[in-house]
Amino acid sequence: MAGPQFEVPTLTEYTEVPKIREGAMSHLKSFVAAETSQSYLGYPHQLPADWKERALDRMGQVLEKFRSVRVFMDACVHCGACTDKCHYFLGTADPNNMPVARQELMRKVYRRYFTLPGKIAPWLVGAEDLTEETLGKWYNYYHQCSECRRCSVYCPYGIDTAEITMAGREILNYVGIGQKYSSEILVKVQKIGNNLGLPGPALEDTLAGLEEDIEADTGVPVKMPLNVKGAEILLVTPSADFFSEPHVESLIGYAKVFHAAGVSWTLSTHASEAGNFGLFNGNYETMRNVAMRIRDAALELGVKRIIVGECGHAWRVAYAYWNTLTGIGWGGDDPFAKQLRDQLDMRYPQPMHICEYTWDLIEKGALKFDKSLNDDRVITFHDSCNVARGSRMGDEPGGQFTIPRNIIRAVANHYQDMAAETIGEGTFCCGGGGGMLTDDLIEARVKGALPRMNAYNNVVRSDGVNFLALICAICKAQFTKVLPYYGFDRNSVGGVHQLVSTAIKLD
Amino acid sequence: MTSLTVFYTTLFYFATLVLIGGVAYRIYEYSRTPAPLKIPTTPAPTSNAGVVVRMAREVVLFESLFKSNKWIWIFGWLFHVGLAVVLLRHVRYFQEPAWFWVEFIQPFGKYASFIMVAGLAGLWARRFLVDRVRYISTPSDHLMLALLVAIGLSGMMMTFVSHTDIVALKAFMLGLMTFDFQPMPADGVLMVHLGLVALLMIIFPISKLLHAPGIFFSPTRNQADNPREQRHLAPWAAALERNKS
Repeated sequence: MAGPQFEVPTLTEYTEVPKIREGAMSHLKSFVAAETSQSYLGYPHQLPADWKERALDRMGQVLEKFRSVRVFMDACVHCGACTDKCHYFLGTADPNNMPVARQELMRKVYRRYFTLPGKIAPWLVGAEDLTEETLGKWYNYYHQCSECRRCSVYCPYGIDTAEITMAGREILNYVGIGQKYSSEILVKVQKIGNNLGLPGPALEDTLAGLEEDIEADTGVPVKMPLNVKGAEILLVTPSADFFSEPHVESLIGYAKVFHAAGVSWTLSTHASEAGNFGLFNGNYETMRNVAMRIRDAALELGVKRIIVGECGHAWRVAYAYWNTLTGIGWGGDDPFAKQLRDQLDMRYPQPMHICEYTWDLIEKGALKFDKSLNDDRVITFHDSCNVARGSRMGDEPGGQFTIPRNIIRAVANHYQDMAAETIGEGTFCCGGGGGMLTDDLIEARVKGALPRMNAYNNVVRSDGVNFLALICAICKAQFTKVLPYYGFDRNSVGGVHQLVSTAIKLD
Repeated sequence: MTSLTVFYTTLFYFATLVLIGGVAYRIYEYSRTPAPLKIPTTPAPTSNAGVVVRMAREVVLFESLFKSNKWIWIFGWLFHVGLAVVLLRHVRYFQEPAWFWVEFIQPFGKYASFIMVAGLAGLWARRFLVDRVRYISTPSDHLMLALLVAIGLSGMMMTFVSHTDIVALKAFMLGLMTFDFQPMPADGVLMVHLGLVALLMIIFPISKLLHAPGIFFSPTRNQADNPREQRHLAPWAAALERNKS
């Protein structure tokens, strides 16, 4: 690893709130998308002559289509409750990374063009003209937000900066300023079926290789079926699970659970990706197009259940949006929803998280474990932001916190939570979510990981923790990259189903 | 009628119209703007009854703010509770005879003004003392606090220092409500107090005071967490479904 071009923060016992340093991160710009991906998504790739009209026009449409943005633009009173809640602010001290200031970048323009006081007395209410400089700031700071929603927990009006960031990115796309990373991924997932651009035959080879590995390792012929019509379960998982480390260990875990349960299941090449970057860009239509692949695959394969692998934002989209976007879920009476509903098994929630599935089997006593096989690990669990604050597992609110921990305790003997204010609904983002998992943003990723690293460091030192368990593909990739910057071993990161995989007894 | 009476009579009708009309229009705007996706900040209640409880805790106790920052919570909550009690005390200027409970809270209402102004002072101090809050404060944030403090202090002046002719004031107010116009008492402090209150009413629908109706429309707080059980579809999104698929 070449030395970083920036100062890595030092770990402290508590994450202190820094004094603001204006412009501390104003130099950091993500690479801008080129023509090919932008035009595929229906956006221009450079600033059109009428960019200002286009931007304001789109802003007006967003205000009419999304109540969140409409209300959030008006409701903020600048109380300051959110100012010390964002991990990017805590790690960088740049005041534009305070949630309220990030929102204010858009609110200034909203006031100027959409409110009476901003039109007649902009200086009084903090309204500003929309200029190319404004767009530059938007691009900069709307790509230093991982849409983790931590600010929305603490705002007295529930203002969610993620909604503003999404709107900001959407407007930027409309005037030709897209982010290379997200833009290209959105093309790959729609053209090929997954974010990594892994074509069908390569996926087939990979799965065959994994089957051989598992059999060599355990002596049990655990299968990884692909495109099997009539299978009961369709597993949709982040494509990183197919060949990234440590992700693949969790994929092996899912396969072992399905094997032990004796259930028929399949993956799909067409829907070989759970992640949905449409969420990050805030474009409903794109998000819907990406999600439709899952519906199409489910209909084509005739499955009864849809289960989602370990992935944070993906689970949020699956849990909270799939029913809306694609009719995967219950309660829809329209023909579109009925078509799929009639095929799915009424006895289960649709979609279901792999942790819900595994925990259900554990509760029924259907899985057997040798917990001692995990004895070399002292485990802690990182609540991934969008699972924690944008979704649920099980029937009770908060099941997204208890179920993964229950699984860990069922398969391992040594578990220790991190400090209470850094987990659960107050969990800190890994620093790489929401379209920021790209090397051109590494400085924000490393600095944004500081609050989590501090909390992790505390349990490493006091309890000898050596394993950071997760249920998110982005968190896994982010921590694998960022842990070494803070002096930790990159191999101490892994999925909950990696732990399951280690301890499960197969016949 | 004196020109003073004409001015204040007109002002109050105008301010009332702007306040009611403006806030009603905002509420109409918020309610007609769809929330196309389920975005409650979780863990969230899974039923509508649960949402009512969550919202009540937010509005009455400022629960999220309590989680966030104890200083802002104590100042903000004291200010709002003080203001609420003071406002309820003022009901007696608009009715004859006054309800029992309005009479009952008079003494509390008088002293609640101290709590209200103390809360405002605390919030204002943060705008100078905390560098993060200083950075996000606009001139209008300071002016809003100045306005509220001035309303509070001018009211306290009349309660505790130089009493105004309360009988004449009440006659003026009742006259406004029954279109039987009575003279506005020519008391300087009262004129300031009522003028500022009218100003506050006028700017309410075009300022951050919209946080009051806004919170009830905040999708992260007013949605039930039941997306797998119920299909949630905005009209424009449903149209998309009909057109494309």
